[in-house]
Amino acid sequence: MNMPMKSHYSDAPKAQPQARHTLSVLVDNEPGVLARIAGLFSGRGYNIESLTVSETEHEKHVSRITIVTTGTGQVIDQIKAQLDRLVPVHRVVDLTIQGEAIERELALVKVVGTGESRVEAMRLAGAFGARTLDATLTSFVFEVTGTTDEIERFLRVMSVVGLVEVSRTGIAAMARGAEAL
Amino acid sequence: MTRQMTGAEMVVQAMQDQGVEHIFGYPGGAVLPIYDALFQQDKVKHVLVRHEQGAVHAAEGYARSSGKVGCVLVTSGPGATNAVTGLTDAMLDSIPLVCITGQVPTHLIGSDAFQECDTVGITRHCTKHNYLVRSIEDLPRILHEAFYVASNGRPGPVVIDIPKDVQFAKGSYARPMSNQHKTYRPQIKGDMGKIQAAVDLIASAKRPVFYTGGGVVNSGPEASALLRELVRLTGYPITSTLMGLGSYPASDSQWLGMLGMHGTYEANLAMHDCDVMICIGARFDDRITGRLDAFSPKSKKIHVDIDPSSINKNVRVDIGIVGDCGHVLEDMVRLWRAQAPQVDKAALGEWWKRIDGWRARNCLGYRNDSKVIKPQYAIQRLYELTKDRDVYVTTEVGQHQMWAAQYFKFEEPNRWMTSGGLGTMGYGLPAAVGTQMAHPGALVIDIAGEASILMNMQEMSTALQYRLPVKIFILNNEYMGMVRQWQELLHGGRYSESYSAALPDFVKLAEAYGGHGIRCSDPAELDHAILEMIDTPKPVIFDCIVAKEENCFPMIPSGKAHNEMILPDFEGKTGDIIDAKGRELV
Repeated sequence: MNMPMKSHYSDAPKAQPQARHTLSVLVDNEPGVLARIAGLFSGRGYNIESLTVSETEHEKHVSRITIVTTGTGQVIDQIKAQLDRLVPVHRVVDLTIQGEAIERELALVKVVGTGESRVEAMRLAGAFGARTLDATLTSFVFEVTGTTDEIERFLRVMSVVGLVEVSRTGIAAMARGAEAL
Repeated sequence: MTRQMTGAEMVVQAMQDQGVEHIFGYPGGAVLPIYDALFQQDKVKHVLVRHEQGAVHAAEGYARSSGKVGCVLVTSGPGATNAVTGLTDAMLDSIPLVCITGQVPTHLIGSDAFQECDTVGITRHCTKHNYLVRSIEDLPRILHEAFYVASNGRPGPVVIDIPKDVQFAKGSYARPMSNQHKTYRPQIKGDMGKIQAAVDLIASAKRPVFYTGGGVVNSGPEASALLRELVRLTGYPITSTLMGLGSYPASDSQWLGMLGMHGTYEANLAMHDCDVMICIGARFDDRITGRLDAFSPKSKKIHVDIDPSSINKNVRVDIGIVGDCGHVLEDMVRLWRAQAPQVDKAALGEWWKRIDGWRARNCLGYRNDSKVIKPQYAIQRLYELTKDRDVYVTTEVGQHQMWAAQYFKFEEPNRWMTSGGLGTMGYGLPAAVGTQMAHPGALVIDIAGEASILMNMQEMSTALQYRLPVKIFILNNEYMGMVRQWQELLHGGRYSESYSAALPDFVKLAEAYGGHGIRCSDPAELDHAILEMIDTPKPVIFDCIVAKEENCFPMIPSGKAHNEMILPDFEGKTGDIIDAKGRELV
């Protein structure tokens, strides 16, 4: 009875290489549209690594949703097709296959400390080009913008000098060059 | 022309403007204003069902048999939740519906008010699209847009949730010039380059097969006509899914019968061994493909589908064409006629010879019995005695459904209404009610099982109220037959909870509802009893007592590929067919 897994339902596919893709999705800014998109990902078992939503064209009630997801080539194709068939979705663009896109996120970082660590925090923030939004005798709130990796690096060094709180935005992304979405 | 009216009046007016003649529903507190508006007109006829699930299935039967959009009206809370199974069924089988649900007044939304539920939240995943109408200004647009969304592109159910205060509110209504959605534009025409490539590939085939599905039916009768034309032009064999039956005539010599888990030997082997597969309006469902890694390993595949997400979802295809089946078929026929490609006649002759060899296996043969009615025999007789009439068939779900698909021959599309994707027991009777509503003079038969029919038995009352002479033909084997069959094949014959104990007396039940009851257990009397059913001008429950432990074959068992079917005269111990791993994933 030790036969390989065989069934009328297909076997789980063999592990295939996964890739990270950044998708820009233009949608009607109507109630429930975010629930529709989030529900699509959870209902069909897709990953969301990062999700950023904001109205970009106020008069047309159009919002731009930037989704970072990972999956096999077939899964990424399915994600795009499934998104595209939602009624309020206008366009789905895979920025990753269009060449390297510009990706940025913003983080607010609170650091608490006194003495040498406080001075060091200030110095490191300067090195990373972070802005100081708030300062007390025992704390700073920094604003830093960059790629996900840059933010991660900043957080790693800050954790040594008194990091207590982080708030991140998720990714905003745009293709390089003259062409617009 | 703009007129002032209430939201409730707009609902009815929009239905009239859309040409809606029938709406299936059940009243309740949150839709009373709409019922009041319905009361004061006579263009839209309301059909009062006995359960909201029945309303949705009735609308599905209506839509599927007529090609129109089915309409449903239910109240908030339990009205909406009872409709969910029907909506999901329509979603999976791509049936165009507009379902209006009442909602508590806007200011009470979110307060857990009486009969409140989050209808748009609950139905988000089982509808093609849904709306919560927050202001009267949006209502006219949404009402018309809903019909557009339901019927354009891949059809599906659309829910409009209307709070009671919006139904009472006054606003201006004008019939929009066009009811198009502002941005939703499904692709209808296929890419000509790909269609040409498909035609070239079709022409070069040595072992081709057409594999068609419900998309051809949904595309309308013209699509079926074009499919017939293309299939005859090429001379190639054709098979179809459960949902596509009737789009190609079952009496034709190129027809191989249904494919899939309970499909014919010749259809499944043709799929397995073909070199070019032409899939039109089908979606490579797991009941069709069997084991994916063994599915038609040697073929190049063409897939025509209006839903881009269906292409390459389960099976990688070589040419994927996004478009409406009817439009793509029209282009294919035109190109084929203009170019008149030479097909490989010798190879085709060989192919047909192999197919005829498989056909000779007579996979739908069964051992008849003079004492007990075999279910297959019952369907065959039902078909023979009704085939010259204007007949529509609905089914419940289970063995009887598969036997109906195997032994009832369909010549035209829109004649066969069954729950394919979701597999909803209890679908058949309400669907028959809706079908009969759309085709008052036709003979509408719900081929049922004794277990399924009890799931929506209450709709018998609807049939009586509206004098809909639907015929319920129950293959009564006192088991949930398909469950029992799987338990025999997979679980050592331990028939856990699959025996239909404490069944009602179906003849008395028919009479209690005001219909007519017939019972038959003798094969010699079957024809006579079926004729009595046909000739009775009111609803009939036909309790056809059949062989209890008959299995539905042919069958692709768990863990097997298309070329490893079990055929009907299999005499071995069926408990050994499926291995332990296959058992987990049935």
